[in-house]
Amino acid sequence: MLYAILCYHDEDMVGSWTKEQDATVMKKLAVVQEKLAQQGRLGPVARLLPTTAATTLRKDDPPLVLDGPFAETKEQLLGFYVVDCKNLDEALDVARDLGAANPGGAYEIRPVGVFNPGSVQT
Amino acid sequence: MTDTAWIDAALTSARPQAVGALLRYFRDLDRAEEAYQNACLRALKSWPQNGPPRDPAAWLIMVGRNVGIDDIRRSRKQEALPDDDQAISDLDDAEDALAERLDGSHYRDDILRLLFICCHPDLPPTQQIALALRIVSGLSVKQIARAFLVSEAAMEQRITRAKARVADAKVPFEAPGAAERSERLASVAAMIYLIFNEGYSASGDTAEIRSPLCEEAIRLARLLLRLFQSEPEIMGLTALLLLQHARAAARFDADGAVILLEDQDRRLWNQTLIAEGLALIDKAMRHRRSGPYQVQAAISALHARAEKPEDTDWLQIELLYGALEIMQPSPVVTLNRAVAVSKVRGPEAALEMIDPLAQRLQNYFHFYGVRGAFLMQLGRNEEARVAFDRAIALANTTAEAAHIRMHLDRLIRDSQPRGAKSSKK
Repeated sequence: MLYAILCYHDEDMVGSWTKEQDATVMKKLAVVQEKLAQQGRLGPVARLLPTTAATTLRKDDPPLVLDGPFAETKEQLLGFYVVDCKNLDEALDVARDLGAANPGGAYEIRPVGVFNPGSVQT
Repeated sequence: MTDTAWIDAALTSARPQAVGALLRYFRDLDRAEEAYQNACLRALKSWPQNGPPRDPAAWLIMVGRNVGIDDIRRSRKQEALPDDDQAISDLDDAEDALAERLDGSHYRDDILRLLFICCHPDLPPTQQIALALRIVSGLSVKQIARAFLVSEAAMEQRITRAKARVADAKVPFEAPGAAERSERLASVAAMIYLIFNEGYSASGDTAEIRSPLCEEAIRLARLLLRLFQSEPEIMGLTALLLLQHARAAARFDADGAVILLEDQDRRLWNQTLIAEGLALIDKAMRHRRSGPYQVQAAISALHARAEKPEDTDWLQIELLYGALEIMQPSPVVTLNRAVAVSKVRGPEAALEMIDPLAQRLQNYFHFYGVRGAFLMQLGRNEEARVAFDRAIALANTTAEAAHIRMHLDRLIRDSQPRGAKSSKK
């Protein structure tokens, strides 16, 4: 079963990390990702740009374009992983590993219904 | 991350909101700062033991307020007999703090006010910037002094003076009306731009020491944009800073000499910053309310979008400078437009455009640098040399002077086998 692990964190706080702190966190996260990748369990991973760069399309009639993220929350959606796990316990284990590398904030673990790996090359 | 690193980041990010709220409460900058400092000291003791609070800013505001009130009460007791004012229980304050947090407009105006008092018109720009970095960003005097390349004592004095002036001035504490708010926003945006420029205009040998100024300006611009999500000019400002800063690693060579845009190694440009900047300028354009920051960001975006220098859309850049000239008439803008004109219509047309600026820009380094370059392109080497000599005399940094000297060397090199060259022609 595929799980999406959605990463929420206080954007102000992440933005206040020094370059070194940011690099340290990314390095630790890379270790966790590498382990999953070797097991063939790691799907797409994304780190999103700040919510100030976000635009929201409200599907009214006609659709309404709004500046900013969908919801104003204390913690913002800053990125996500897609990971292949047998069950929720395994997904929680992955989230715990990620959490140990990147403290603060929260992960929302959501089973994936439809998955299309896409064709984007980076 | 270690505990203390996490706490540092939390304190830094909570600072504008917390000091802003404490300032509204105490109506005194020194008292607000002191209350915040005391709250931070308690946080350093309490957070490692009890774990981080859910909302660090609300925690700091509540604790800061209590500590500040205690201080006031204590000093009153020393002055006179204790007046039996109502005891303020922690519970009340917790509720107040929560109510405060829920009121989004308070939060917005608190931070805006805090930024705004730093741009008081009586303060010269250098004091505005220093004050904002100290009060809003929370950089230490030492850090600010280092970035400004002055001694700590001198910076301490500058900040103390600025604070005294701000204290004398009337700081408006009422929630601002719409017109007033947009005025404040404009002053604050200008100040953030100044902070950025202070770092950006550094020479090669000091660029690294001063780059924190650029980063801090970007942080403040993002903060401002988060408070005013739909302001196209704030999007433009943020985009401009991101796009300019994206080139930081490519702007100087190993010896600290300036590398011009067209000679930069574009692989060194920071693509993440560029992506964010381009996203913001796209968003801003949708509002169809153009302004100087958006236009400048759009110009920067055209450079960022060009993979090779020859891909640059100079025609569009010239049009944008033309728009900027109308919004913000200034000989410096015209000078920049002339550079674009030289690419589109050749150096002769460009030279014609800048000739009328000579008097107004007679002490401006870049005027002579640009003029010299146009003349050189036209083969008017003797005149070019005169212009370059003048530029060197006006250079603000050693890197600027070195860059012009490079042109001069090329002129001399080219003019030596003069007979051979001119006979070819």
